[in-house]
Amino acid sequence: MSADVKTENKHDGETRRDFMQILAAAFGGLGGIAALLPLINSLNPAKDTLALATVEVDVSDVPVGQSKTVMWRGKPVFIRHRTEEEIKSAADVDVHSLTDKQSDDQRVQKPEWLVVVGVCTHLGCIPQGQKPSENHGDYGGWFCSCHGSQYDTSGRIRKGPAPKNLHVPPYEFVSDTTIKIG
Amino acid sequence: MASGTREEFDHPVVEWIDSRLPIFTMLQKEYGVFPTPKNFNYFWNFGAIAMVMLMIMILTGIILAMHYTADTKLAFDSVERITRDVNGGWLLRNIHMNGASFFFIAVYIHMFRGIYYGSYKRPRELLWILGVVIFLLMMATAFIGYVLPWGQMSLWGATVITNLFSAIPFIGDQIVTLLWGGFSVDNPTLTRFFALHYLLPFVIFAVVFLHIWALHITGSNNPLGIDVKGPQDTLPFNPYYTYKDMFGIVVFMVIYSLFIFYMPDSLGHPDNYIPANPLVTPPHIVPEWYFLPFYAILRAITFNMNLYMLAGLAMLAVFMVEFIWRHNPKYLNKSQGVALALIGSALALFGLIGDANQGWAIPLTAAENAPIPAKLGGVLAMFGSIGLLVILPWLDNHPIRSARFRPYFRVFVILFTVSVCILGYAGSQPADKVYLSMCVDSAQACAEHGASHGAEHAAEAKMLKFDNTMLAQAFTGFYFLFFLIILPLLSRFEKGKELPVSIHQAVLDKQKKAGA
Repeated sequence: MSADVKTENKHDGETRRDFMQILAAAFGGLGGIAALLPLINSLNPAKDTLALATVEVDVSDVPVGQSKTVMWRGKPVFIRHRTEEEIKSAADVDVHSLTDKQSDDQRVQKPEWLVVVGVCTHLGCIPQGQKPSENHGDYGGWFCSCHGSQYDTSGRIRKGPAPKNLHVPPYEFVSDTTIKIG
Repeated sequence: MASGTREEFDHPVVEWIDSRLPIFTMLQKEYGVFPTPKNFNYFWNFGAIAMVMLMIMILTGIILAMHYTADTKLAFDSVERITRDVNGGWLLRNIHMNGASFFFIAVYIHMFRGIYYGSYKRPRELLWILGVVIFLLMMATAFIGYVLPWGQMSLWGATVITNLFSAIPFIGDQIVTLLWGGFSVDNPTLTRFFALHYLLPFVIFAVVFLHIWALHITGSNNPLGIDVKGPQDTLPFNPYYTYKDMFGIVVFMVIYSLFIFYMPDSLGHPDNYIPANPLVTPPHIVPEWYFLPFYAILRAITFNMNLYMLAGLAMLAVFMVEFIWRHNPKYLNKSQGVALALIGSALALFGLIGDANQGWAIPLTAAENAPIPAKLGGVLAMFGSIGLLVILPWLDNHPIRSARFRPYFRVFVILFTVSVCILGYAGSQPADKVYLSMCVDSAQACAEHGASHGAEHAAEAKMLKFDNTMLAQAFTGFYFLFFLIILPLLSRFEKGKELPVSIHQAVLDKQKKAGA
């Protein structure tokens, strides 16, 4: 052993022991970080929180031109029964002039039903515009009063600080009048 | 602290303890005879006041935690119960919720003192940085604490602030989900915030200990900003400053009590007395007053940083490092520097114009491809505005500390303080509030617009407007200008006034003047 140490001493005074110490410290450090992972992971959404991830909504009671708000994963989802003019104005927009370039048919399954998560993509406020009496902004959709973002009748961002269109959740039509979100 | 020879105490019990754990020797050294500059003004009270505020917050907080329930169904009611039913609960709660504001008042004055008298300069850089760490921890603690009553502002303030982290590229959304423990600010968020709100004050306490430790290594700065040269410049901390601090604390407590007893809700927001409702956002979300300047900076960045702007800013940064921070440019000569600055400014301006006019479709200016979208830009600017405080000792390396002997620095520090207050005002107002507007359309269109003013649908006319966003942008610009351009320029070119020979001499001269 002592002979080994002597021969390795030739390189800048580095010894086998220095190497072992660095290795031990690095291994201990990695182990410490690995031990933190279960602690951090426990802060991720729990199973019961994840279990609330689908809802079924009956939309037969929503007349044309009206909207309905349902809760999904603790967030409101806006379901809008769009009028002919609203569908037309959403489809007529030049996609290249948009901040977040999406055409209307990429955002809906049936043109008369728009389903979007009602959370402003800027900083998470709930935009106004679900009731006819509320401010719909300049584009006939929703208006976020927190920082002035305006969405059109397809839930696309048209003006203001929000970077993205209103998020379209995964959903499917279980029947003509029932939507399953999630 | 235990090294060196120890003087014996007369009292046998004190001596018995001190010979085993020299805690009395330490107190005597650090708080009894500790040599302290003899020319402190009242600005030097605020460190001690902040310390007292921290202790008040911890004490009342521990008791309040015994009555509080961290559950979204019960939190609001448990806080109301503290106010109405718990014996003296109204008092504890008023002390605690106004205490946050008064802690920040004390700390903001303490920070102003540090900047005005150059307390962050060598050899106190680390002391200053520890102070900034305390400030950051305080902001986190205060923000989390405001969530606990689970009113409308609690929920929506938490929603807006936690959503800031979603601006981080690639992993932002995962981080936000991890913070929430779900898909929105909800019960898991509340319980972890409560745990952190209980923990962080003790972390603050530990960093305050380091802050004071570092202070006792370098000794205090003083209003003249010159070094202590000998015993004639100082006084023992006790009784001179123990009593002066106590006087300051009493005055501060009187003002604090006025709020606790006569206007406990004046610094809060009435919307927080509405129970949290995840389906309704209050029309106007405002943070607590002590966050307003930073909130204004966050909202001021309404433009996307595209490649032109990044390239332009990088060129300007090189110019700044070469010609302002370095005393002798290393890589560039003068004409190259001027060219770099001009091209950089032109590129940045071009990028800004391209971003504002998406319809023109200038290549590489499309908003969705910008490397730093507006949201991320706002978050970076907000954290950057605090980050600048960390590097302040190196941005301002003028040899003179105190603004008393730096005529230009003094003016700019006062302007800076005023501009932070204006930013605070801007942060409290809606983003689209218009201060000034001027019609720049044809005379007829203007007349029609004027006639229909205030009507539901005012006649369209081209208007030049000065709104709240522009106000915030102007003063955000000054904030960064102050740190990044003005301070480095001043440290290079400002000629200071003549410094006094010593603290002792300055005190004597002042007395002579007063006597004559």
